[in-house]
Amino acid sequence: MQFWIIQGLNSLSLGGLLFLLASGFSLIFGLMRLANLTHGAFFMLGAYLGATALRAIDGLNLWVAALGSGLVVAALGGVFERLVLTRLKTNPLGQVLVTLGMSFIIADACLVLWGGDPIPVPTPSALQSPTGVFGYAFPTYRLVLVGCSIAVAIGLYLLLERTRVGAMIRAGVDDRQMARAVGIPVSTLFTAVFCLGAGIAGAGGVLGGPILSAYPGLDADMLPLALIVVILGGVGSLLGAFIGSFIIGFIYTFGTALLPEFAYIILFLPMILVIAFRPQGLFGRVGA
Amino acid sequence: MTRIVLGLFAAFLLALPFVAGDFYVNLASQILIAIIFALSLNLLVGFGGMTSLGHASFLGVAAYIAALVTTRWGFGHGAAALISIVGTTLTAALFGLIALRATGLGFLMITLALSQVLWGLAYRMSFITNGDNGISGITRPMPFGLSIEGAFAFYWFALGVAVIAFALMTVFVSSAFGSSLKGVRDQPRRMAALGFNPWLIRWITFIYAGFWSGVAGLLYVYYNKYIHPTSLSITSSAEGLLGVIAGGSGTRGGPIVGATLVMLLKNYASAYVERWNMLLGLVFLFIVLVMPTGIVPGVRSLAARIRGDAR
Repeated sequence: MQFWIIQGLNSLSLGGLLFLLASGFSLIFGLMRLANLTHGAFFMLGAYLGATALRAIDGLNLWVAALGSGLVVAALGGVFERLVLTRLKTNPLGQVLVTLGMSFIIADACLVLWGGDPIPVPTPSALQSPTGVFGYAFPTYRLVLVGCSIAVAIGLYLLLERTRVGAMIRAGVDDRQMARAVGIPVSTLFTAVFCLGAGIAGAGGVLGGPILSAYPGLDADMLPLALIVVILGGVGSLLGAFIGSFIIGFIYTFGTALLPEFAYIILFLPMILVIAFRPQGLFGRVGA
Repeated sequence: MTRIVLGLFAAFLLALPFVAGDFYVNLASQILIAIIFALSLNLLVGFGGMTSLGHASFLGVAAYIAALVTTRWGFGHGAAALISIVGTTLTAALFGLIALRATGLGFLMITLALSQVLWGLAYRMSFITNGDNGISGITRPMPFGLSIEGAFAFYWFALGVAVIAFALMTVFVSSAFGSSLKGVRDQPRRMAALGFNPWLIRWITFIYAGFWSGVAGLLYVYYNKYIHPTSLSITSSAEGLLGVIAGGSGTRGGPIVGATLVMLLKNYASAYVERWNMLLGLVFLFIVLVMPTGIVPGVRSLAARIRGDAR
């Protein structure tokens, strides 16, 4: 029984972490139709920046560090989008190549700056003592992480569905020309979407830090996870990314615990199964 | 004019071992392997409009199968090569079934994810694959009783395979089937309305490209006598894709020029700069922004313009 409860909670926290990773990717892909392969690198860069800030500044709060890293990565993403990606609007192959190229550059730059050793991100001291769940002690931080991902999900939902800016973004997605004709600054809004997606990845890297820490190769580990979550949940569906994250969280955690040698295959099975029967993903729109 | 240039080029390729040292001959062998790989990827990307980011899977599968059945299970080279090629082609057929459920960026993401599965297997299933240590102790075969142990002999062998690969892939794309493939790339709905089966055309192409990538993988493992999970990684697939795009996807010569450029850059750059990955990324950015259609079409249109002006 203890095994199932602890692993279940672990699955939840991994799911939360995956949503912090995948939501930004899903946002950019769904709204801008851009497969941003730099996403894993943004996540890793965020983790390194946060870890460094926490080391350098005494008494810095993890949440402030996450916010700061998120803003830096968002700014970097914005510059990249403005200078490079806007020139490649009609060239999806070019977008793939430059985002991949950018991820190589960031990964190598991180290796130069921070070296090959993993840099741990400390758990906030207030959250270090475990919480009792059904009489079992469980790391509090992991539960808080689930709360964070739910907060991000609700925030993104409200932004896109309940605000004027969200309505303008959706209009830009549905009919770019028409939106522009009625005075919506589509390309500025899309840059903002890219910044937001990159920023969530950067902040997610810091928030995931106490569990993953920052290390070379984190980007290549995380990008495929973002991809399978998004493919499983359905491209461009926030709900799909959310549900997909937790499905993958559960499958990966239990797969690792029960069949450690095959965890990596088990991770991809749900994606392959879903594609076989529902190519658009669980919550994807047909033809999207 | 073109014929003379091609003739001189062929003579140069054949005579290379007589004018160059071991280092350059070995480099040339590696370039030939990269060219076969890029040509096979170009069938998908250039002629089929299917951007795969997992093409190194088939190179790696072929190399791993050949390495495993010879070093571990004691098969002879002939049988091993056959098992490896058949196994790789079947893997391509299976991956095609999964990946071709989607098109465009969905296809790209699925091929990337599938290649990551194989990469993960190669790393984690160390009881079979030796994990991060890779598999060493692979020997080179003796095709038709001839030794290809020496650098020169291996080069000529690789050159022969590359010429055959180029010829057969050229036949493939210039055949009626190749025309239907280009039709499916440009106008899938019209092709379907005309009674073609776009899915089947794509699948057959995917399998055929997987087969040639497997041939490149066999040469790769014979050349290196060693195989490591890195050869299945995203970087490995991306290098191939860069070669195709840099040279000019959808042209016959593009992948040859592009793959040569990437391999030269990689070998020279790694001798002088440690940061190969950063350089690779910068080259990606540069090429996409400056020459979106690739070197071969770029040079061709430049030449046409010069000729036009001269007239």
